[in-house]
Amino acid sequence: MQCCVCKEKPATVHLTQIVGEKMQKLDLCEDCAKAKGINDPTSFAMADLMLGLGASQELDPTAGAAQIKCPRCGFSQADFKKSGRLGCPDCYQTFAEGLAGLLKTMHKGTRHVGKTPEALRKSRETGDRLKQLQKKLTKAIATEDFEQAAQLRDEIKLLTAGSAVAAKAH
Amino acid sequence: MKDIHQFLCTPAESTHRHGPHDRIVMSSRVRLARNLRDAAFPGWAKKPERVRILDIILPAVSSLPAMADSFSEAMDNFSALDKQLLVERHLISREHAAKSVGSGLVVDRAETFCVMINEEDHLRMQALRPGFQIREAWTAIDQLDSALEKKLNYAFDNELGYLTACPTNLGTGIRVSAMLHLPGLVLAEQINPIVQAVNKLGLAVRGLYGEGTEALGNVFQVSNQMTLGESEIAIVERLEKVLGQIIEHEENARQSLLEKKPKVIFNHIGRAYGILANSHLISSKETMNQLSFLRLGVDLDLFPGTNRALVDELFLITQPAHLQKQVADKLSAEERDQLRADMVRERLKTVGRPATK
Repeated sequence: MQCCVCKEKPATVHLTQIVGEKMQKLDLCEDCAKAKGINDPTSFAMADLMLGLGASQELDPTAGAAQIKCPRCGFSQADFKKSGRLGCPDCYQTFAEGLAGLLKTMHKGTRHVGKTPEALRKSRETGDRLKQLQKKLTKAIATEDFEQAAQLRDEIKLLTAGSAVAAKAH
Repeated sequence: MKDIHQFLCTPAESTHRHGPHDRIVMSSRVRLARNLRDAAFPGWAKKPERVRILDIILPAVSSLPAMADSFSEAMDNFSALDKQLLVERHLISREHAAKSVGSGLVVDRAETFCVMINEEDHLRMQALRPGFQIREAWTAIDQLDSALEKKLNYAFDNELGYLTACPTNLGTGIRVSAMLHLPGLVLAEQINPIVQAVNKLGLAVRGLYGEGTEALGNVFQVSNQMTLGESEIAIVERLEKVLGQIIEHEENARQSLLEKKPKVIFNHIGRAYGILANSHLISSKETMNQLSFLRLGVDLDLFPGTNRALVDELFLITQPAHLQKQVADKLSAEERDQLRADMVRERLKTVGRPATK
């Protein structure tokens, strides 16, 4: 891999920075990295390097959203921009909106497929089934198929009652 | 505290472990990232919270039956040298080596499991296997994780899966990787297109010590990057397929080099032998790069009677921390280069000059 600045020497310094929904990657040789003053990737904005100083501010269309703080741990969007890491598990709820696009570009899908902790497996399945039934119910109501709608409503009632009992037992 | 160097098996033992395709695949590893539900991630948690988390996780991990013969310790009890030693053994990341109070490590004697506590995530557990055994490594770490989930409350979301400090690990939290020795592809100048092709498949290719490191000694790490939207086993199978193809390309490259440019190969191996067997001062980087060709020579039967483990052991014990560990006094860089050269010359006394066919 070649250095993307001098395009001569092999790149040994690799930087990835996530700004809002965009992920940027830079591959630099040691000399260019030094010349640009990069020894601590957390303290510099890649956009500044790429587009000249000050450009990083413009890249943030959600300047207002940067004020949001995670009610649980006090982490802010600005902190995320700095480190590329979140503050606590609840941050995924707090910053869900901003993260959605990022996850789409980063991963194969946006819904987890694979291992689920044993204790949560049942509730996850129930949740999925409920969502499915809700969807069917909306459709049945829209098409005025009230007989099926009544059936679906009963099924949903049964399922939610079942999981409530399970939750109490837990 | 016990000495981690005393606890772990010797480099000689560790390099005598064998696995399928180990002439190309040096080792396989599967790592899972997990976090506790009710705590800030290590990078954001204050010191008391990190200590609290460590005090919950460390006993939970070390009391697992699989970790019966294990070494568990807080990172602040390791010397800088011991941490570096663990990095050279590929047991901890450089990031973890920089940690101190509030982080910890549990590793079993056979180096099959290694759990980092409060690295980037609360838990980074890895299963390690010699040779090409990523599926076996996945099965092993899956079992360890299932045992651990009964003792700890994991942060898990129905939609997003296992929640991790960095969104790049979200979902399965899995990283499947293999360490490959690819001198044939490097000499045949086919390595760049291969790396690019592998990148296009959504897999990462890194150097010897992972992220942002050089491919010293023609050693490359290949791993998955995406963790969300694909099951663990699907990721393992994709890696298996790609690694199988890289192995084939490497074998082909070696074969065609031998047929078309034998002098180029013999030249590299002969010079490597010459330098290693006769140096009096040699840097760690040059040692690794020359040992790579020596290893290739062993693979191609140019050193009859020599075991690949000899080369692999030298690869490990000539690295700075392993070298320093052998003597009491603090060595300067030049003293290290001298000790390294002496050691390599001594070991290669029993190895004859490469046969030329």
